[in-house]
Amino acid sequence: MEKILSLKNVSKTFPVGKTLLGKPDKFVHAVNNVSFDVYQGETFSIVGESGCGKSTTGRLINHLLAPDSGEIHFMGKEITKLTQDEMRPMRKDMQMIFQDPAGSLNPRMRVEDLIAEPLLIHTNMNKAERMNVVNELLGIVGLSSKHAKRYPHEFSGGQKQRIGIARALTVNPKLIIADEPISALDVSIQAQVLNLLHNLQEKFSLTYVFISHDLSVVEMISDRIAVMYLGFVVETAPKELLYQNSLHPYTKALLSAVPIPDPGHHKERIILEGDIPSTIDLPKGCPFAARCRACKPECLEQRPVTREVEPGHFVSCHLYK
Amino acid sequence: MSNTPKEQEKSNLSFEENYIDENIIADKSSRTKEFIKKFMKRKTAVAGLAVIVILVIIAIIGEYIAPYDPAAYDYDNMLAGPSAAHWFGTDHYGRDIFSRILAGTRLTLGVSLSSVIVGAALGTVLGLLAGYYGGVIEMLVMRSSDVLFSFPDILLAIAIVAILGPGIINVFIAVMVFTVPSFARIMRSSTLAVKSSLYVEVAQSLGCKDGRLLFVHIFPGTIQSLIVNFTMRIGSAIMAASSLSFLGFGANVTDPEWGAMLSQSRSYLNVAPHMVYLPGLVIFITVLAFNLFGDGLRDTLDPKIK
Repeated sequence: MEKILSLKNVSKTFPVGKTLLGKPDKFVHAVNNVSFDVYQGETFSIVGESGCGKSTTGRLINHLLAPDSGEIHFMGKEITKLTQDEMRPMRKDMQMIFQDPAGSLNPRMRVEDLIAEPLLIHTNMNKAERMNVVNELLGIVGLSSKHAKRYPHEFSGGQKQRIGIARALTVNPKLIIADEPISALDVSIQAQVLNLLHNLQEKFSLTYVFISHDLSVVEMISDRIAVMYLGFVVETAPKELLYQNSLHPYTKALLSAVPIPDPGHHKERIILEGDIPSTIDLPKGCPFAARCRACKPECLEQRPVTREVEPGHFVSCHLYK
Repeated sequence: MSNTPKEQEKSNLSFEENYIDENIIADKSSRTKEFIKKFMKRKTAVAGLAVIVILVIIAIIGEYIAPYDPAAYDYDNMLAGPSAAHWFGTDHYGRDIFSRILAGTRLTLGVSLSSVIVGAALGTVLGLLAGYYGGVIEMLVMRSSDVLFSFPDILLAIAIVAILGPGIINVFIAVMVFTVPSFARIMRSSTLAVKSSLYVEVAQSLGCKDGRLLFVHIFPGTIQSLIVNFTMRIGSAIMAASSLSFLGFGANVTDPEWGAMLSQSRSYLNVAPHMVYLPGLVIFITVLAFNLFGDGLRDTLDPKIK
């Protein structure tokens, strides 16, 4: 399969503290040395708890943020050094869906203008042509053309997210970065939007980078999954391997926390002790060492290297060598 | 979320049927209605608006409805007090003060409004650019605003007129100059607030150019604070323009400008006090009306105030 997106050792820090002279002296290490590939037509999920750098990774891919180091290749082109002007033509192929459907729609624009905006930027269509596309897309995402003249506040959360999805689809993107697209929605609506995303993927042969903290959602939609902790990718594997044979202790703990809707079911629940280490002063060794049950002296001293322990299954842990 | 039986029933419908929600109540016209309703509750603001409307009408047709020629001398009726023939009395040349106030409305309001409009436009552009681009532009704009802010409004205006020389055009320039920094400051802070909202980031991710980001996405979000500040500044502009005329820096003394009329009447304070307090009262009511209207508008647009 063809690689559509590839991250190589991408890191991003944000300055927090400042010295008297105004030079930043403290940094939040949001994304550390992240590498993964996304192939054409698949759904690649990034999971992890809040603050683990998944959304930052999404914004780095979308070039809303520039990484401090590392390379991001999108459709064979290195994009990290591009200016916004150079990036603009690439954005046609890479659209983003955001977590907060209400906040992501300009409250002062009509639905038709919101959805038509990418067309205005990336194509030379006239108004009538744009409105044709808008009406068609409203139908595709399950709204109707009579909604076109309305304002975002007149819609429910699920409907707003459909508008956001329609907008992302207007310019026929190859890749869609979905940053927690359903976590702001009701559970009943979540399923609808997931189904919609799934149907759209088949219809338009889309590739998704799906960012989520919800493991049951990720299991439903993904082909491959990357687990992030403290800005590091600790394990990457195809869905089946990850859910049946998770290797990293953090992944195991995460999976044990997924509720199973069966009152008779008893399973071992791995409770993590301690807090997440500060992202300002990263631990010297393995980022997970402080909370890991299988922690060895070596784990506190040395960063583990990412290894492919079985085909397609990458883990960075000193237990697997 | 869905607790009412109706909504429950709806969520049981199939996926395809569920999402077309026909019960959408709020639309644009009802929002406008709600705004008007909320504004109407503020009696003082409504009164202010009424006075403003009357003043604007007078500014347009004042000359034609004036009972006397505002420039006509009448040496038989000098310094006459208010009477049925001369409602506001006459001045030291026997000119009808009521007619002069009507005729002068256009001049006084014209200078203040035009200087606030031009000053607001300049300040808005500067504030938008400062908030959006930050860096050197922001530093230049904000620090020069601080310098202008450090002078009291009227002192700054006097200084400008002293440099440029007296005259109505120079009053306009002076008032405009001290209007700019207040708009630059307010627009910068609203621009910063709107710029950090998610929909602006989304617009960026869609590939919007700077101009489109600024004028389609950011600027409309700042209009509310712009309008409120605009109405508030008109009051102080009228005060400043009248004060400058009073001090002899503004309109020609023979012009029926309100401040100039006050200036003329100063020497007759003992014999004909109506020459002072009637034009003064008109200035007072005008400034009050704009300020009350501005206050009411600010409260109405603030979603936190019911």
